[in-house]
Amino acid sequence: MERFAEKIVMVTGAGRGQGRAHALRFAGEGAHLVLCDLPAARGDAELDPPATVPYELSKPEDLEETARQVQALGRRAVAMGADVRSLEQMSAVVAEAERALGPIDVLVANAGICTSNPLPTMSVQVWQETIDINLTGVFNACRAVIPGMIERGHGGRVVAIASMAGRAGWENIGHYAASKWGVIGLVKSLALEVAPHGITANVICPSSVNTTMMHNDSSYRLFRPDLENPTREDVLPAFASVNVIPVPYVEPEDISDGVLFLASQEAAGITGATLSISAGVNALNI
Amino acid sequence: MSPTRFTGKVALVTGAARGQGRAHALALAAEGADLILCDIGAGEAGTIGTLPYALGSEEGLAETAGQVRALGRDALTCTADVRDSGQVDGAVAAGLERFGQIDVLLANAGIASISRIEDMPDAMWREMIDINLTGVFNSLRAVAPHMAGRGYGRIVATSSIVGRQGSPNIGHYVAAKWGVIGLVKSLAIELADRGVTVNAVAPTSVDTEMIQNEGFWRLFLPDAEQIREQDVRDAYTALNPIPIPWLQAADVSHSVLFLASDEAKFITGEVLPVALGWNARNAS
Repeated sequence: MERFAEKIVMVTGAGRGQGRAHALRFAGEGAHLVLCDLPAARGDAELDPPATVPYELSKPEDLEETARQVQALGRRAVAMGADVRSLEQMSAVVAEAERALGPIDVLVANAGICTSNPLPTMSVQVWQETIDINLTGVFNACRAVIPGMIERGHGGRVVAIASMAGRAGWENIGHYAASKWGVIGLVKSLALEVAPHGITANVICPSSVNTTMMHNDSSYRLFRPDLENPTREDVLPAFASVNVIPVPYVEPEDISDGVLFLASQEAAGITGATLSISAGVNALNI
Repeated sequence: MSPTRFTGKVALVTGAARGQGRAHALALAAEGADLILCDIGAGEAGTIGTLPYALGSEEGLAETAGQVRALGRDALTCTADVRDSGQVDGAVAAGLERFGQIDVLLANAGIASISRIEDMPDAMWREMIDINLTGVFNSLRAVAPHMAGRGYGRIVATSSIVGRQGSPNIGHYVAAKWGVIGLVKSLAIELADRGVTVNAVAPTSVDTEMIQNEGFWRLFLPDAEQIREQDVRDAYTALNPIPIPWLQAADVSHSVLFLASDEAKFITGEVLPVALGWNARNAS
C-alpha cells in the first residue's frame, strides 16, 4: 500500500534514529524525501556545532546513508546539511528541495537533542542550545515550509516530535521539558492558524526510543545516578520502570507508524492534537 | 497499512445499529474482521425517556449485520442494554461461543440529551451516567478477563472532545465522557503487562442522529422560528477550526481502526482527538 505515492516529505534530523526511520517508511510508501541534518563543521560557519550535547552528533555520512537507503527503495532524495537553529538555512533547504523535487507536502519536524542538568545550576548555554534546537528549530522548519503550502492551496501536513516530557515535569531535563511543552503550544497555535488552508499540524509524544539519544553515557547516568559507569544492562530495567507497558523503549519504527498515520489522508480531521506513543506513560497524566 | 489488518480478528461493537457503531463495524469487516454487533433491544427502548431522538432499533442492528455479511464476513447480533452488566456479559459469552475469541472491543454505545445542570432532573443525570459511563465500564469489564487471559486485546472507547473540557447544556454528557477517559487510562495501566491496549477517541460533532435532531439544533439556534439546514451548518462549523460542520462517522473509523491495529501496539491509555482541531484550544 502506498499512501504517499509521489508526495514530497521533508524530515529534519534525518541522519539517523527516528528521522531516518520516518524517512525510510515514507519512501517505502512512495514518497520522495527532503533530508536535512547538521552540516559539516566549517571554519566560516555562522553557527558553531552544538557544544552541550554529551553524545556523538549526527555526521554528514549519516545523512548520506539515509539518502542512499531512500534511493535504494527507488525513491528520490535531496540531502542537505542545515542547522535547524537557522531560519536562513532551513529556507535554503526548502528552496533547493522544491526546485529539485517539487513542493513539499509533509514536514516532519524531528530534529532534537537531549542533555541533562538540574535547573538550579544549569548554564545559560545548556538552556539556550536546547531551546534553540528543540523549540526554535521546529519554528524555523515550519516557518520555512508553511508559506509555500498556504500559497499553493493544496493543503499539507506537519508532524512534530515532542516527548512525554512535554506533558509533565521531569527532574534534570527541565530545559528539554520546557522545549517540548513549547513545541506542543507552537503546533496547537499553528494548527488553528492553518486550519482554513487544509493544513494539519500535530505532535507525537514518545517516551524512550531506541536511538543514540537514549544509548549514551550521559543518558545512562541520568537513569542510574547510583552507578558511576552504568552499562546497557544496568539501565534497561530503569528505562522500563518509566513505562507502563513493561518495555525499556519503543523502536523508531513504532513512532513512524504514528507519524505516517497523522500525515495520511485518513487523519484529515485531526489537527492540533498530541498522539502519545509512549508505552502508556500518558495513562498517568492527561 | 494493508487492507487485511484485521483478518482473523473478532471485534465486538456496542451501539452498532447505526451511526458511528455501524461505520466502525463495516470498516473492520472491510479489513477482514468478523463482528459481534450489540445494540439496545426494543424492550428497553421505552425506558430511556430523556432523549430528543429515537434509539437504535433491532432493524438497524440487522441492517448492520447484513452489510457486514455483504462484505463477506460473519456477524452475530446481540440485543443488550449496556446499563445491565448481565446483558453485556451475555453478549460477550455468546460472542465467545460463536467465535472463540474477541480481539477488539469498541465501546461505542452512548446517548446525548440536553439540560443546564441547574435544571437537570435526576432521571436525566442518572440515565446519562448509566449508559455513557457505566455502560462503558460494563463493556470493558466483560471482555477484560478474556483478553488478559489470552495476552492480546485492543479496546477503543468513544469519548468526546467535551470529555477534555467543560461545555454548557450537556454537563452530564461532559461528566460521563471525562469519566470514560479516566476509566480507559486506569484499565490501560492495569492491563499493560498483558498485551491489552485501552484507548479512546474524542470526536467533535459527527453527522449522526445523536446531534442531527431538533433538540440539538434548538440549542444552537434558540430564537429561530424555523431552523434551516444552512443555519445549523454555520453554527456547527463555528465550533471547528477546520471549517466544516461535522465529521462523517467513517472519518472517525479511520482513527478507531488505527488504535485497534498492531501499528498502535505501544499506544495505550491515550485519547486521540478526531475533532477538526477543536482540541487545539485545549490541552488534549
